[in-house]
Amino acid sequence: MIDAAVTLEHETQSRVALNDASVELLRKLWQQYGPLMFHQSGGCCDGSSPMCYPAGDFLTSDNDVLLGRFDIGSEPSLDADGVAGGSQPIEFWMSREQFGYWSHTHLTVDVVKGRGSGFSVEAPEGVRFMIRSKLMDSATPFE
Amino acid sequence: MTVYAAPGNPDAKVTFKPRYEHWICGEWSKPVKGQYFEDISPVNGKPFAEVARGTAEDIDKALDAAHSAAPAWGRTSPTERAAVLNKIADVIDANLELLAVAETWDNGKPIREPLYADLPLASDHFRYFASAIRAQDGDHAEIDHDTVAYQFHEPLGVVGQIIPWNFPILMAVWKLAPALAAGNAIVLKPAEQTPVSILVLIELIGDILPPGVLNIVNGFGVEAGKPLASSPRIRKIAFTGETSTGRLISQYASANLIPVTLELGGKSPNIFFSDVADQNDAFYDKAQEGFTLFAFNQGEVCTCPSRALIQKPIYDSFLDTVTTRTAKAIQGNPLDTDTQVGAQASNDQLEKILSYLDIGKQEGAKVRLGGERADLGGDLAEGYYVQPTIFEGNNKMRIFQEEIFGPVVAVTSFDDYDDAISIANDTLYGLGAGVWSRNGTVAYRAGRDIQAGRVWINNYHAYPAGAAFGGYKSSGIGRENNKLALDHYQQTKNLLVSYSDNALGFF
Repeated sequence: MIDAAVTLEHETQSRVALNDASVELLRKLWQQYGPLMFHQSGGCCDGSSPMCYPAGDFLTSDNDVLLGRFDIGSEPSLDADGVAGGSQPIEFWMSREQFGYWSHTHLTVDVVKGRGSGFSVEAPEGVRFMIRSKLMDSATPFE
Repeated sequence: MTVYAAPGNPDAKVTFKPRYEHWICGEWSKPVKGQYFEDISPVNGKPFAEVARGTAEDIDKALDAAHSAAPAWGRTSPTERAAVLNKIADVIDANLELLAVAETWDNGKPIREPLYADLPLASDHFRYFASAIRAQDGDHAEIDHDTVAYQFHEPLGVVGQIIPWNFPILMAVWKLAPALAAGNAIVLKPAEQTPVSILVLIELIGDILPPGVLNIVNGFGVEAGKPLASSPRIRKIAFTGETSTGRLISQYASANLIPVTLELGGKSPNIFFSDVADQNDAFYDKAQEGFTLFAFNQGEVCTCPSRALIQKPIYDSFLDTVTTRTAKAIQGNPLDTDTQVGAQASNDQLEKILSYLDIGKQEGAKVRLGGERADLGGDLAEGYYVQPTIFEGNNKMRIFQEEIFGPVVAVTSFDDYDDAISIANDTLYGLGAGVWSRNGTVAYRAGRDIQAGRVWINNYHAYPAGAAFGGYKSSGIGRENNKLALDHYQQTKNLLVSYSDNALGFF
């Protein structure tokens, strides 16, 4: 399990996590696609699922919120000289208006069998990232 | 009651091929990279055919075919194209049961739906656009005595279409019929969950269309959808699906400066004003059914009436009545014509719905009915079934705000008209809505005040070809159905003609 680093101003609690199955899958996908990112979808069909894209493929804007940043690097992220080594950062984004309705819940990225229907990179593996949610008692509502 | 034989049995209405390739230039075409994936039936959770796993190379091949076919197809007369569309409609009608069994096996929907809704609507859709293109006129303006502006409709050329899995054939037809009627050539990518029923259809109608006019490339979004949506060789992209993918496709389209139409779902309110219960008559019965339609197609409808808003004076009695009615919905073998609720389309869809049942309970919503996965046992034990579920809660809960795409309705109450409209519009989406009232003025005003592209008044889930369909807000861009849809597949050519022999006099 990896908790995302807090990226929202004035917040101290991590909002997003990756479970072990997600971390393992993301490390494999990273080898194939290079750096990755998440954008949480809404809407029909494959909506409400986290979309995993090559980093930068999906253009975020001021109308998106960065909920957290993971590092799935399996090695220490700094080498002996303090130079970045095995760092593999993955940002998790959501549209600002959608976050207005989601902000009271903590999200954990899981993996289930399936294949989604969007452009998320894990679909050809026969699996799909999925969100599991729990209430955040102390979260400040997002305005 | 009829129970259709499952594919694989000798008396089944459809026999699937063990392997389906792409359909390019009027024939089956092996995937360039030689890869295939399994199509799984949600009825029993088992694979039943292999389907070509397309890549950019296959998309290119399909685009080559489309570009070679587009000029001649674009020059055919509306009469010729209408004749082609009408022939396709006839073939769909003549193969109703075969296509219905294919659709049910691929998607999991109860077979009465493809038999009585999806497929009759699909053939009617072709006939509607056959008529619409023949009836379409250009126009002209007499600018002055010597100058006339003529407006002609011209096809765009080659267009891309990406199809969802909830109505695999009908949603394809919603995009195909106007595009073909307008004279475009098409590269279409079916959903990777449900590719086979469209391939069964193309096998039946393939020889009606000139080679290359309609090309189908199967595969995954990232491998086949992306190269199609981002190709500089299409003049338009149409997509039905979710918001992030819709934004991504818009980004690709912006890079090529091409138009995009998007249908991205909703969280449709279904509003019941208290006067519906004034009499216990046929209309009240119809309104109750209107509530229960949330379970139609297992809730896998972009316009699923997934939020029910009931006025306070009738809240308890109406909810009691419709809960009883929903509890009677027959869930079972999708191939049985008595079955009303079938299987969810895929395992990931099932898992997502279950995750929403979980967060709904965590947020304190009251489970009035269902709330669990359904185990139908026997051959269906591994299928993807969810009990029709009624939650009570408030509009701030996530089950009221997100498209669960399952047989799940979130119910709340409202005080008066303003409260109803305020709750109805407190959502990111604006695709569908329902209004139920015996008062025509209230129903009309509510219909106009709700920010949604389709408001059903005293009915729900009707999809006639002539009624424009599309979203407000985050539900998308553009319209399908109705002759308006032709506009998304046509260029406007203006000829500005001078009939004067005299120079302008500037030089």
